[in-house]
Amino acid sequence: MADAPKIEVSRRGFLKGAGITAASGVIESAKAFGREAKDALQIAQTVGPGALPIKLHINGKEHTVTVEPRYTLAQTLRDNLGLTGTKVVCDRGSCSACTVWIDKVPALACMTLSVDAVGREITTIEGLSHGDTMHPVQAAFVKHDAMQCGFCTPGMVMSCVALLERNPNPSLADVKHAVSGNLCRCGTYPKVFAATLDVSQHRVASGLVSLSAGREA
Amino acid sequence: MAPETAILEGQQAAATQAKPQQATRTDNFVFGIPQDGLQKKQREVPLDEPPPLPPNSELTYIGKPTQRYDGPAKAMGKGKYTADVQLPGMLYARMVDATIPHGRIVSIDTSAAEKLPGVRAVYVIEHVYGVAELRDPKLEPPSRYPTVRYFGQPIAGIAAISQPIADDAAKLVKVQYDTKPFVVDRATARAEDAPLVFPGPADEAGTAGGGGGPADVPQKGNVHGPEQRKRGDTDKGFAEADVTVESEYFTQVQTHSALETHGFVVDWKPDEVTVYASTQGTSSVRNEFADVFKLPKSKVRVITEYMGGGFGAKFGAGNEGVVAANLSRKANAPVKLMLDRRQEHIVCNRPDSHQMLKIGAKSDGTLTAIQLTSYGTAGVGTGAGTAGPATNLYKCPNVLTEEYDVFINAGPGAAFRAPGHPQGCFAFEQTIDELAVKLNMDPLALREKIDESPARRVERQLILERTNWRNRKADGSDPGPIKHGMGIAQSVWYRFVNMDSSCEVRVLRDGSVELMSAVQDLGGGTKTILAQVVGEEFGMAPANVVIRIGDTRYPIGPDSGGSVTAGSITPAVRDAAYQAKRKLFAAVAPALGTAADNLAIQNGRVVFKNDRSKSYSLKQVTAKLPTGEISARATRVPDYTKDRLTYGGVDYVEIAVDTETGRIHVEKVFGAHDCGRPINPTGVISQINGGILQGISYALFEQRIMDDKSGYMLNANLENYKILGAREVPEIEVELIENYIAQSSTDAAGIGESAGIITLAAAIGNAFYNATGVRMRRIPMTPANVLAALGKVQGEVQA
Repeated sequence: MADAPKIEVSRRGFLKGAGITAASGVIESAKAFGREAKDALQIAQTVGPGALPIKLHINGKEHTVTVEPRYTLAQTLRDNLGLTGTKVVCDRGSCSACTVWIDKVPALACMTLSVDAVGREITTIEGLSHGDTMHPVQAAFVKHDAMQCGFCTPGMVMSCVALLERNPNPSLADVKHAVSGNLCRCGTYPKVFAATLDVSQHRVASGLVSLSAGREA
Repeated sequence: MAPETAILEGQQAAATQAKPQQATRTDNFVFGIPQDGLQKKQREVPLDEPPPLPPNSELTYIGKPTQRYDGPAKAMGKGKYTADVQLPGMLYARMVDATIPHGRIVSIDTSAAEKLPGVRAVYVIEHVYGVAELRDPKLEPPSRYPTVRYFGQPIAGIAAISQPIADDAAKLVKVQYDTKPFVVDRATARAEDAPLVFPGPADEAGTAGGGGGPADVPQKGNVHGPEQRKRGDTDKGFAEADVTVESEYFTQVQTHSALETHGFVVDWKPDEVTVYASTQGTSSVRNEFADVFKLPKSKVRVITEYMGGGFGAKFGAGNEGVVAANLSRKANAPVKLMLDRRQEHIVCNRPDSHQMLKIGAKSDGTLTAIQLTSYGTAGVGTGAGTAGPATNLYKCPNVLTEEYDVFINAGPGAAFRAPGHPQGCFAFEQTIDELAVKLNMDPLALREKIDESPARRVERQLILERTNWRNRKADGSDPGPIKHGMGIAQSVWYRFVNMDSSCEVRVLRDGSVELMSAVQDLGGGTKTILAQVVGEEFGMAPANVVIRIGDTRYPIGPDSGGSVTAGSITPAVRDAAYQAKRKLFAAVAPALGTAADNLAIQNGRVVFKNDRSKSYSLKQVTAKLPTGEISARATRVPDYTKDRLTYGGVDYVEIAVDTETGRIHVEKVFGAHDCGRPINPTGVISQINGGILQGISYALFEQRIMDDKSGYMLNANLENYKILGAREVPEIEVELIENYIAQSSTDAAGIGESAGIITLAAAIGNAFYNATGVRMRRIPMTPANVLAALGKVQGEVQA
C-alpha cells in the first residue's frame, strides 16, 4: 500500500503493517503457518498485508475464506462466514462473549487471529445444535430462563458445555469458576448455574456419557 | 422529576383530547393482594372491553411460569441482533471522536482517510444530539463544527468495505483544536472560578426513557437548578419533630455497559429508509429520523428483532444513527455503525450525586418533615435529580426537595434503570435507618409505621417470615474481624402508561394465530407475555402463537422506558385477541349452525355454551372461515381510573464485611416485589434477579474514573470498569406478589425499574451498619472506601 497508515503498534495493527509470510498461497495448516507473527516472519514467502485465502475447520466443515492476516477469528466468523452467534462485546478478551472452542478447549475468538486457527478444530455455538434440536445445555438454559437479552448467552453456553465435557459432575463453585470470565449485564448468572447443574444431575441420573458436543450446524 | 413528566406526556395528551361520550358498562374486577384476601372493585369500562380476567390462579396461561418465547433462538445463537445484521453490499463504519475534553474545532482534514483504499464515505457531524444545548446559541461564535465539550464527543463517521479499514481510516482524520480549560469532577465544577462547560444557561430536552432534566431553572456557572418541589411547610414540620437526623451521601457515575453497544444499520433508499436499531423504542427511532432528516414517518422503517440490552440508554436516533444514515446516503449502500466498547462507556451513564438529607419525626416514628438537597452531574447533560424515593416512599406532610445538575466535561447522562432512584434510595433509605437508630426502633417496624403501601406491608411480612431478620444482632456487635450484618431497603416506582400501544391479531384459516406490533423486546420477555395473553384468549399454548414484533411496519408500539411495556401493550393485545375471537365466532357461527354468542373457548376447544358436549378444535372452526383470514386491531384503552399508582419492593441482604481487607461479600438476598398482575412469573423473577445483581454491582464495584489532567475516562473498558461476575453472585430468593389494581384488561405492569437496582446499595449500606456500627456514606464500597469509612486508612476525599 502506497500510503500505509501510521498507526500505533498493536498485534492486529502490526500484522497489517508488516504483512505475513507463509509457505503457500492458501494457508491450510498450522504446521505450515507459525502461530505467532514472529515465527511467521522467519518463513521465506511473504503474503499480505492484503487479504489471503485460508482454510478453517468450523463445526465439522471446511471453509475457505479470504481475510487479511489481522482479522480476528471473531471477525472472520461473523463478517465473512455469517456465524453471528459468536458475539463481540469488549473485543479485547475481558468478557468471554466470543467464546468458541479451539480443539475442544474454550478460547476467545476476539483474541485469536484467524490465521492462527488454521488447521485446528473450531466449534462455535452454531455447532452445538442440530437444526432446531438443541444441545442439552441449550435446552436447560431455556428451561431455567438462563438468558434475558441473550447477548452473553452463546458464550455462556460454550463455557458451560466445555465444563461438563471435562467435569461431568461439577459443583456450584465449579460452574461459577467456569463462567467467571463470562460477563452478563442482565444478571442471568443464577439461572446459568441452575441450568448447568440440572444437566449434570440429569446426565448422572440417566447414565449418559457424552453430550455429543461439536456436531455440525 | 424527569422520568414521570416525560413518560406521562403520552397519557396526559390522550386524556385531554376531548372524546365523544363513549358507551360504557360496569364490571366487577378482582382487586387487591391475595395475602390480604382478594376483593371486587367496580369499574366503568368501554363497551368493547373484554370481560374482566379472574385471578391468575384461575387462568390457563397468564400468570403461569412460561418458557421464553425466543429462548431456543437465543440459546442456539440464532437471534439476529443489530450487530449481526448483514445486508448485500453493506459497509462498516467507525465513529471518529474528540481527543480533547473541551475546545473549538478549528479544522477537520479527512483527505487522508478518504484516500485510504476501501473507504466509501466520510461524514462530518454538524450537530451533536443527546446533550444540553445553550438557551442562547449566540453566546458562542458561529462555527461550522459543534463545540467539543467532552473527550469522546463524536466528530465524524467513516464507512468502508470492512471494519478494520474503517478503523484505520478513523485514525487518519486530522482535527485541529483550539483547546479550552475543562473540569471533570462535580465538586470542582461547582466552584465559582471553575472552567465553564457552557458559556451560559443550557438545557437538555427530555427523552423517551426519562433522560434529560428541567428547563425552566436558573443556572449559575456550571450549576443548573435547583428544581424545587414543595409539599406542606418543612419549617413547621421540623418544629413539630421530636427527633431530626441529618445526613450526607455520595454516589458515583455508573455506565450502562449493555453488552450490545449502541448501533445501527441504515439502508438509505429514496423510497424508504430502513433502520436496524439496537433500541428500546422503534417509535422513538422513527420519530427522530423523521425529525432530523425531514422525512415523512411513513418512509422510515425501524426494525429491532433482538436487542442486546439498553437499561434506559437506547432511544431515538442518537449521533450514531444520524451518522450511519448520512454515510449510507452518501455511499448509496447500507452502513453498519456499532460503537466500540470505549465509546459505549462514554455515550451514556447514570449521574453521580452528593445528597444532603434532613428528616424530622415524632417519637413514635411519624414523619413530620423531609428535606433533600442534591447535586449530581450528568456530564454535558442534565437529569441528575434524586428526589423520587424521598418524595414518594412514605407518608410525610412536609417535603422540600432541591435538585441541582452540575455540568462537567464528560459524556452525557441518560435514563438508567429507575433514573435517580438508586442514588436517592441509597441516601434516603439509609437515613430512614439512621432515624430508626435514633428512635431506638427496629428498621422494619419504623417502615411499618410510615409506609402506606399495602403491597410493601405484605412484602415486609414476607421478610419477617422468610429471612433471618428476627435474629438480627445489635448494630456493630459482631465480634471478630469478619463481621456479619443484615439490612433492608424499600423501593418505589410509578405506573406509567404509553398510549402508543397498538397491535393486530390475525386468525388464519388453517388455525394459526399471529400477533403484530412495533413494540420491541429488550430481553425482559415481551414476546413471551404477548404470546401468553393471546394464548389465553384462544386456548392456545403460547409457543404456538406467532409473535411478530419490533418492526414499525406493524401497528405502533410503546417505547420501553420506565417499566411501561407490559402495562401498556398487553391490554391492547388482549383487546385485539378478544375482538378477533368475536369476529371469528361471528364468521363461523352460521356454518356451525349456532349463534356467535353461543360460542366460547374452553380448555383449548371451541364449545357451545348451551351444549358443552359440542366442541371443536380451533382448526376445525377456522376451516369454516369464509375468508382466508380475519383480523382485529386494538389500541390501548386508558386506565379505568386516573388513580396515581406505584409499585415497589422490599429487599433484604446478609453481608460479611472483612474489616481487615475492606472487602464486602454479599451472602444472601431475599427480595419481595410487586408489579400488578404478573403475566410471566419466570420472566419477572429473571428481571428481579438481574436488578438485584446490577444493584450489588453498583454498590460494590462500578465507578467511572476520569483523569483530571487529560479529561479522559481511564477505565472505558470491561477489565478496569468492574461489573459483577459469576463469583460475586450471592444466594438469591425472590418472592413475587400478585397485586390486582383493576386498571386495564390485563392489569399487567412492568418490573424493570423496581427490580432491586433501586434498593441494593441502600440495603447493603444498612447491613454494613448492622455489621460494623459504621455508616457507609459512599459507593462504590470498594475495599479502599470501606477501610476509609472504618478509619483504618486515611480517607480519600472524592466529593
